[in-house]
Amino acid sequence: MAERESAENWTEIISPKTHLLDLRLREVWRYRDLVMLFVQRDFVAQYKQTILGPLWHIIQPLLTTLIFLFLFGNVAKIGTDGINPILFYMAGITIWNYFSGCLISTSNTFVSNAGMLGKVYFPRLVLPISVAISNIIRFGIQFGLLLIFMVAYLFKGVAIHVGFSWLYIPLLIAEMAGIGLGLGIIISSLTTRYRDLSILLTFAVQLGMYITPIAYPISFLNGKSYEWVIKINPLTSIVESFRYCLFGKGTVSLSSIGYSTVFMITVLIVGVLIFNKVEKDFMDTV
Amino acid sequence: MSNLVIKVENVSKQYRLGQFGTGSLAHDINRWWHRMRGNEDPYLKIGEENDRTKKGSSEYVWALQDINFEVVRGEVLGIIGRNGAGKSTLLKILSRTTTPTTGAVRIKGRVASLLEVGTGFHPELSGRDNIFLNGAILGMTRKEIKRKFDEIVDFAGVERYIDTPVKRYSSGMYVRLAFGVAAHLEPEIMIVDEVLAVGDAEFQKKCLGKMRDVSDKEGRTVLFVSHNMTAIKSLCGTVFHLSNGKLLERGPAALIINKYLSHQTNSSLLQVFDSPEEAPGNEKTKLKRIEICPQLKEPRDPITVKTEIHVEIEFWNFDEGRLINLTLFLNTLSGECVFANGSDVRNLPIGLHKATCIIPSHFLNDDIYSVSILIVGDASIPLYFFENLVSFEVNEDRAGTGYPIYRINFQWL
Repeated sequence: MAERESAENWTEIISPKTHLLDLRLREVWRYRDLVMLFVQRDFVAQYKQTILGPLWHIIQPLLTTLIFLFLFGNVAKIGTDGINPILFYMAGITIWNYFSGCLISTSNTFVSNAGMLGKVYFPRLVLPISVAISNIIRFGIQFGLLLIFMVAYLFKGVAIHVGFSWLYIPLLIAEMAGIGLGLGIIISSLTTRYRDLSILLTFAVQLGMYITPIAYPISFLNGKSYEWVIKINPLTSIVESFRYCLFGKGTVSLSSIGYSTVFMITVLIVGVLIFNKVEKDFMDTV
Repeated sequence: MSNLVIKVENVSKQYRLGQFGTGSLAHDINRWWHRMRGNEDPYLKIGEENDRTKKGSSEYVWALQDINFEVVRGEVLGIIGRNGAGKSTLLKILSRTTTPTTGAVRIKGRVASLLEVGTGFHPELSGRDNIFLNGAILGMTRKEIKRKFDEIVDFAGVERYIDTPVKRYSSGMYVRLAFGVAAHLEPEIMIVDEVLAVGDAEFQKKCLGKMRDVSDKEGRTVLFVSHNMTAIKSLCGTVFHLSNGKLLERGPAALIINKYLSHQTNSSLLQVFDSPEEAPGNEKTKLKRIEICPQLKEPRDPITVKTEIHVEIEFWNFDEGRLINLTLFLNTLSGECVFANGSDVRNLPIGLHKATCIIPSHFLNDDIYSVSILIVGDASIPLYFFENLVSFEVNEDRAGTGYPIYRINFQWL
């Protein structure tokens, strides 16, 4: 009997058991074309039947920058560590958009694609991966916009701080992606059953932006009683480092970066574990 | 190496009925608690057989129960069963969109499932983009799709619309395109669920032809679920009959389909209530039993136009000294009343009584009928109306008679 079993080279065994850490990455690789098509779909479909189309990727950060400039710069009069306020806000918004984009789209991805997931099999990991990639592209566009502004301000006499520190930017982006994806996967895995979290998420993202130094520098917090809230936020050091890399000004320490990295790895591992657990039959509960 | 491509062993699938809320959270916690202590899931024991018509006491039902079968290469397998019998659940498990609660499925080769038309079609994207997207979802690489692109468009016959967003497509065109992609996937195993319903006759024929080619010429395996018995009969060699989550029978298509058709009507031929407490009715009268007894030579034969049908009714009378008569209402499935026929008026004592109404042969045409009973007191006062108690289907005995209401054999001189 055992011999017969081994002679049968089944390509697929469907059973209720799951291997906790088996991500089937090889299978995901086989579906790489699908990843790219999902990215393309998200991009093309998002702005169909709009006149401005992809320009919205640029308009959105510009408008937010203006709002911040008015609210935090003019009304609240919060300093920006001596960085040009427009560049300061835009840098913060760009990296924050990347994080919130990853988080929100990942946490919605299973519920919003439920119709498709219920009908056909493909490695479920394809969806969060394509989310991360399409957000990278959006980030690229917005980062490009930021660079254009930096060059424009160069002519107005605002010097660009170029150095080896720029090489760290991809690492910071990867960290943002890791935290966004990890949290997003955890939330999406849990929301297939109970939708409470996804309702909470809108508040959480809003709150998250205010407890991350997007509209103010860390130095602004010195001696404030709520400083610790912002300090334990693992995104804080990433955002501050991002601006430090670009402008050479800010408050960065190795320990805070290390803390963020450990947090990212933990969140990613937990996310993957939960994802593997629910992946196989979450269709029944969506 | 044997020729098996699918092997299903002891597959069961349990679902929880009702809604997710605090109740289900409590169950989740309880389940988790049992698992932490190394115990079995307590809710697996209490599942009930899945009969959608009856109210069950358990929140858990078995959508599939102990399914075992094997499929060999090149076989075209039809799966039939009433709504909710578990057909789609089975296909979902086979196409890996959900996992079984217990048991295992072994599969050899690539599976393409066409459980619904246009899976993953994005309404805003053009037909061209959607071919690529849908193909990739079904597991094709971009290269493969490019190679087959013209063939797919040709098969679907939507060349003119290929650069139009699919949201502008008619539902038929949508199916054509979707089936076109799936049909050119070259999977080892193809799973098709009721997709043909939307296409026109010409396209249905094309699809059936394609599925036949896929199995005959290319030696691929097809699993086909449909309520269209003609399509199943013409395409499938073997047929499974699923009923309430169980694999009732497997065999040659024609045999199983005939049994299924007669089985289908049998299921609602009888209603019995053992005691007056649980019987429907009121303080004056209650129903004990109603049964449709077709006068057939073989009990498993289907009811046809030629069959004489006896309707037996047993009821309790609780009113002393009242004149009682029954009226039998026969309605078609669409709700039209075919006839209302009253029995003779009798003076009945308190107790159980029996009456039989004989519906002659060569009277009813091919349709599904339901029986309602009105019990009348003193020839004028309605005591109780028992609505839609039982139903039966009359089948055609020969083709080409059209759809008259009655099928009476009048005398011709």
